[in-house]
Amino acid sequence: MKKVIEGSQAVAEAVRLARVNIISAYPITPQTHIVERLSDFCSDGSLDARFLKVESEHSALAALIGAASSGVRTFTATSSQGLALMHELLHWTSGARLPIVMAEVNRALGPGWNIWTDQTDSLAQRDTGWIQLYCEDGQETLDTTIQAFLLAEMVNLPVMVVLDAFFLSHTYEPVDIPEQEAVDRFLPPFTPRFQLDTNNPCAFGSLVTPDSYMEMRHSIAEGMEAALDLLPEIEDRFAGIFDRRWAAIEPVECDDAEIILVTSGTVTSTCRELISDLRKRGEKVGLLKIKLFRPFPVEAIRRILAPAKKVAVIDRNFSFGASGIFAQEIRAALCNCPGHPPVFGFIAGLGGRDVTKDVLEGIYRQTDQSDRPEREDIWIGLKEVHDAAERS
Amino acid sequence: MTEIRFHGRGGQGTVIAAIILAKAFFRVGHQVQTFPVFGVERRGAPVEAYLRLDNKKILARTNVYTPDHVVVQDRTLLQSIDVTKGLKPGGWILINAPESFTGMDAFAGFSVASVDANRIALNHKLGSRTHPIVNTTMIGAFASLLGMPPLDAIAQAIEEEIPISTELNIRAAEEAFREIRRPELTERSNG
Repeated sequence: MKKVIEGSQAVAEAVRLARVNIISAYPITPQTHIVERLSDFCSDGSLDARFLKVESEHSALAALIGAASSGVRTFTATSSQGLALMHELLHWTSGARLPIVMAEVNRALGPGWNIWTDQTDSLAQRDTGWIQLYCEDGQETLDTTIQAFLLAEMVNLPVMVVLDAFFLSHTYEPVDIPEQEAVDRFLPPFTPRFQLDTNNPCAFGSLVTPDSYMEMRHSIAEGMEAALDLLPEIEDRFAGIFDRRWAAIEPVECDDAEIILVTSGTVTSTCRELISDLRKRGEKVGLLKIKLFRPFPVEAIRRILAPAKKVAVIDRNFSFGASGIFAQEIRAALCNCPGHPPVFGFIAGLGGRDVTKDVLEGIYRQTDQSDRPEREDIWIGLKEVHDAAERS
Repeated sequence: MTEIRFHGRGGQGTVIAAIILAKAFFRVGHQVQTFPVFGVERRGAPVEAYLRLDNKKILARTNVYTPDHVVVQDRTLLQSIDVTKGLKPGGWILINAPESFTGMDAFAGFSVASVDANRIALNHKLGSRTHPIVNTTMIGAFASLLGMPPLDAIAQAIEEEIPISTELNIRAAEEAFREIRRPELTERSNG
């Protein structure tokens, strides 16, 4: 049934429908509505799960590592500094091959203290071995969270479902909340491949010598590659039941596009409007939405972008001393394609600054009017500042 | 697409007002999107919320800069905030104000309507004299102004969203629906 709910509630409904057994979380704006709602579900009996209250995000993930090791379905949610505090255990989760699912609400890192959207928090965790899926609206967030459990359990790797602060987490819109029976058909109960078992005592997380460590790492790499192949199968199975389909990447009007804008998260929606406007005026422009960031779907991205004349990547994030993070990945994906198009990297919307249709059109015009980028990072809408520390 | 901006103060239920109105519009077939502008979440601090309505899926994921209509839950905001900022010509400004309020003259050129939401809310025991809860009252008045959504959709949305004093909130919305003052329309019908 379609109901008007906020993005945070879409996550919570998905977690309820996935029949999660253990939830552990520590509150942080703008993620708090997710776990508040889940706490309500646990107390009113609509979800038969234990909600573990803990003293920090580090403890929240540690608790889930224990729970998941015992072979149950687990969930947590966090943002920004909370995710940063989990960093050590993010590596532990993937290394231990635990299929934990997390909702990560993109929030800027401080200082300067800022609660608004910015992708640097989740992208800074790109090398931790978590699958990362960036969502665009409430429906995609709900569907992706349900799918995340199946994907995680199929490859024994953790999955991060990522959504923008406020523009998605706190935005109410119509979302179809599926029936439990239909979700049960899509998502079977979790059958762990291994678990803590007193009848079969094993050591977990013990010393691994140089003789075996590389093979264990390679196994994780293979799990990531498997996720790339399995996601379309999961999408098919989901579409067969719910008649909705998302994708690792989604090209919009890219077939004959000379310039392709690359987006992720809610900026994609606003950009869809722009593409439609520009197409009506006869401009040959397309849009490539990146949903799956880890594993990065290099081959599929190359097929879409390589034929274009120019590529403009919009990054709501920044890697200091380098450039926008999606732009880095796109450049790396294209560099072995002979004659590939120049990649313009635009930085926009950091710390929740609005990325309007006008901002996106400005990015398109600037790309159209330049032969090649003058820098690896082009900052959009920067105000004039007089920074004494930098000039002295 | 129609865009509506709500002005209020923290603690006045401004965000909830936009959510209830969104749910009421959705019940009668509109596509809706609503979200608050989050700042420092303090009681009494100025708060804004946006509501978008359309007959197709709403794609814009940005703040509202050029609203079609504006709702002002607290007239003391008029001293510090330009509630007409970006307001499209012909758009309504609905202000919570008693009949004796004379500040409407400041909005020459706009369509201004008012409702004594404080009095109506207090008559229905919503909030206290110093802190009346006017959000459902303002929604009732706004629905009357736009001619939509219908009152029964508003009542159902209030039932969905407000578990406490539900019936009183519905009755307040109904009273405001009748009591709204639209000077321009009144003049037109008189002339």
